[in-house]
Amino acid sequence: MQTLREAKCGQTVTVVKITGEGATKRRIMDMGITKGTQIYIRKVAPLGDPVEVTVRGYELSIRKADAEIILVE
Amino acid sequence: MPIKIALAGNPNSGKTTIFNAMTGSNQFVGNWPGVTVEKKEGKLRNNRDVTIVDLPGIYSLSPYTLEEVIARNFLINERPDVILNIVDGSNLERNLYLTTQLAELGIPMVVAVNMMDIVEKNGDRIYPDKLSEELGCPVVQVSALKGKGIFEAAEKAVSLAGKNTTMVPKHRFSDNVEHAIGSIQELIEGQVPENQLRWFAVKVFERDSKVMEQLNLNDNTKQRIEDEILRCEDVFDDDSESIIVNERYVYISSIIKHCFLKNTERKLTTSDKIDMVVTNRWLALPIFALVMFVVYYVSVTTVGTWITDWTNDVLFGEIIPQAVENFLVSIGTAELLQSLILDGIVAGVGAVLGFVPQMFVLFAFLAFLEACGYMARIAFIMDRIFRKFGLSGKSFIPILIGSGCGVPGIMASRTIENDRDRKMTIITTTFIPCGAKLPIIALIAGAMFGGEWWVAPSAYFAGIAAIICSGIILKKTKPFSGDPAPFVMELPPYHLPTVTNVLRSMWERGWSFIKKAGTVILLSTIIVWFGSNFGIVDGRFGMVEDLSDGFLSIIGGILAPIFTPLGWGNWQAAVASLTGLIAKENVVGTLGILYGFAEVSEDGAEIWGTLSTSFTTLSAYSFLIFNLLCAPCFAAIGAIRREMNNPKWTLFAIGYQTFFAYAISLCIYQFGNLINHGTFTLGSAAAVLVLVVFLYMLLRPGSEKRSKIKVLKTVGV
Repeated sequence: MQTLREAKCGQTVTVVKITGEGATKRRIMDMGITKGTQIYIRKVAPLGDPVEVTVRGYELSIRKADAEIILVE
Repeated sequence: MPIKIALAGNPNSGKTTIFNAMTGSNQFVGNWPGVTVEKKEGKLRNNRDVTIVDLPGIYSLSPYTLEEVIARNFLINERPDVILNIVDGSNLERNLYLTTQLAELGIPMVVAVNMMDIVEKNGDRIYPDKLSEELGCPVVQVSALKGKGIFEAAEKAVSLAGKNTTMVPKHRFSDNVEHAIGSIQELIEGQVPENQLRWFAVKVFERDSKVMEQLNLNDNTKQRIEDEILRCEDVFDDDSESIIVNERYVYISSIIKHCFLKNTERKLTTSDKIDMVVTNRWLALPIFALVMFVVYYVSVTTVGTWITDWTNDVLFGEIIPQAVENFLVSIGTAELLQSLILDGIVAGVGAVLGFVPQMFVLFAFLAFLEACGYMARIAFIMDRIFRKFGLSGKSFIPILIGSGCGVPGIMASRTIENDRDRKMTIITTTFIPCGAKLPIIALIAGAMFGGEWWVAPSAYFAGIAAIICSGIILKKTKPFSGDPAPFVMELPPYHLPTVTNVLRSMWERGWSFIKKAGTVILLSTIIVWFGSNFGIVDGRFGMVEDLSDGFLSIIGGILAPIFTPLGWGNWQAAVASLTGLIAKENVVGTLGILYGFAEVSEDGAEIWGTLSTSFTTLSAYSFLIFNLLCAPCFAAIGAIRREMNNPKWTLFAIGYQTFFAYAISLCIYQFGNLINHGTFTLGSAAAVLVLVVFLYMLLRPGSEKRSKIKVLKTVGV
């Protein structure tokens, strides 16, 4: 198991668990990243952070620091 | 019968377009009480009894963001007659997530599936009847961009409001969760209105801090509720809040199969293709630079400046003053009144309106960049750099525009959603030398440094350093501390915005500047006019011929000692800094007048000789830096007031800037003296102290743990 931060560009991963609590976790889940959701890592910003992913059919930008709390496989 | 419709939906769902189409010009734009979130209200075009309230664009009804709290407070406390939920059909799954939450409020609801044109273009199918059956409320199809279905949606909402029904959500969570919610419902029954029971029960299950405060339950009940929640959390191995989010999405996934048919042979959309180029690893930054160049070049350097110069120099410099003067002379007005009207009011109004054309050009660009989807990409591209010092990726635009003129720069901060990032950007934007500060730089560089090449770049360098240092320092202070807001941002598909939407947004922002900032500018200009034209000569109060006899000079004389530690404690320099508040280029003109020249050229070449006798290179540089960094001109202060929408924050911004400028100038002068003369004075001690405090503020560890509760408290909702 790894975190979303470690996933490579072009990979499709499935969410296993979201760690942490409070506002950040809620916000990530509100945007549709929940247990069992497929995430496609689309690209990394030119300066190396944030990351653009496709989730539930739309594009989402997420910072690597926030991606760390998403466990995927 | 008056009816109130609340327009609710995700950001980028086309809510604004629908609101504009429904209300036409019958709009009232203001702010939600006490906060800087925009509130729009309007009357339905063909039925004046119907009021439409446009709620902030939100993804959820969580208690964590300002917009979401505003929206739910409005829905709970003011109970609109009906909710019109705008749903982006091309992004159905995530949009329905908010729908499941709105459905629990017990308020009648109509779901309008927008962007049907895009859905069709993508080859997808949506079955509204099926969706209506699953959700338990009417569903209509809308294409806001094409103007289809908008009034049908409004009609549906109005007729539903007339029926006096309650929305009963059809969705059910899994048995364990339903059991817990059922028990909670029994425990809080009677404490909340019957039709809101489920909403409150779900919120209590989520341990929503705001709802718990509101309910005021006794300890026994609280304990029994907590037991129910814990039992559920054990089963799911997750916290209760996340359980609910999960359950909602599970439910949506289960119904979406029946209501939505995805075109499996979909090729890359145009938006995908654009994005491959625009945020490409290698091309993104050059393209970004190009876009910024075009925006800056057109709105600041060329078109904007042409119109602004014309308005300032010709319209308000010649045409109007001459016409007014002729008129006043012809009716025989007293000289005093003439001066008040011409030099005070006309000049003041001119100062307000002079910036407007430039601003309108810029706002049109910003509206276009926002509406087409590129603005979100700017944040995506620049985030890495700017978040290091507490700013947003979108702060780049205000700062860039600020190098032309701080006023539109500050107004451009409107595009930053996060309250903290926006305030920080407003405070720091005017540190960058704007066009009006260039004459001051030219004056000092020419008079004191023989036109050395490094003076001007050093001014820009000082501005950038001031932004970075301020960002880091402020980020660690109490009002700005706390968790950095999670930067989880939607990147909406690119699309061409409609002309009316761009123009409307341009007009709204431009008008709000004229209204809100205008009063401050006008008033301050008149006060300074009074100070420079009136004084006490030979023991008698009256108009003065010479600026050096006016009240302003007296004030300058009183203030001068304050600037002695900065090396320029003469009253002329103090007065020049004061008049710089009207417009920064006035610093040069005022120095010219005070040193006995009737008129000086833009870089003040005539007074270079005189200046070099009353300043040293060191004190001149300190004077330059102070005037670059201190409180901006009244127009910019007016813009700050408009964007902060709060007197305290406006004062804080101006106070911080002036204080910061003072501290830096003090260090420059005193340390320079120390190096030049080698004698350690009281001033040097003060500079060392300032430097120590500055370094402490800069390097101390941030207080990150004051977290979200604090943030929402200061917001006061």
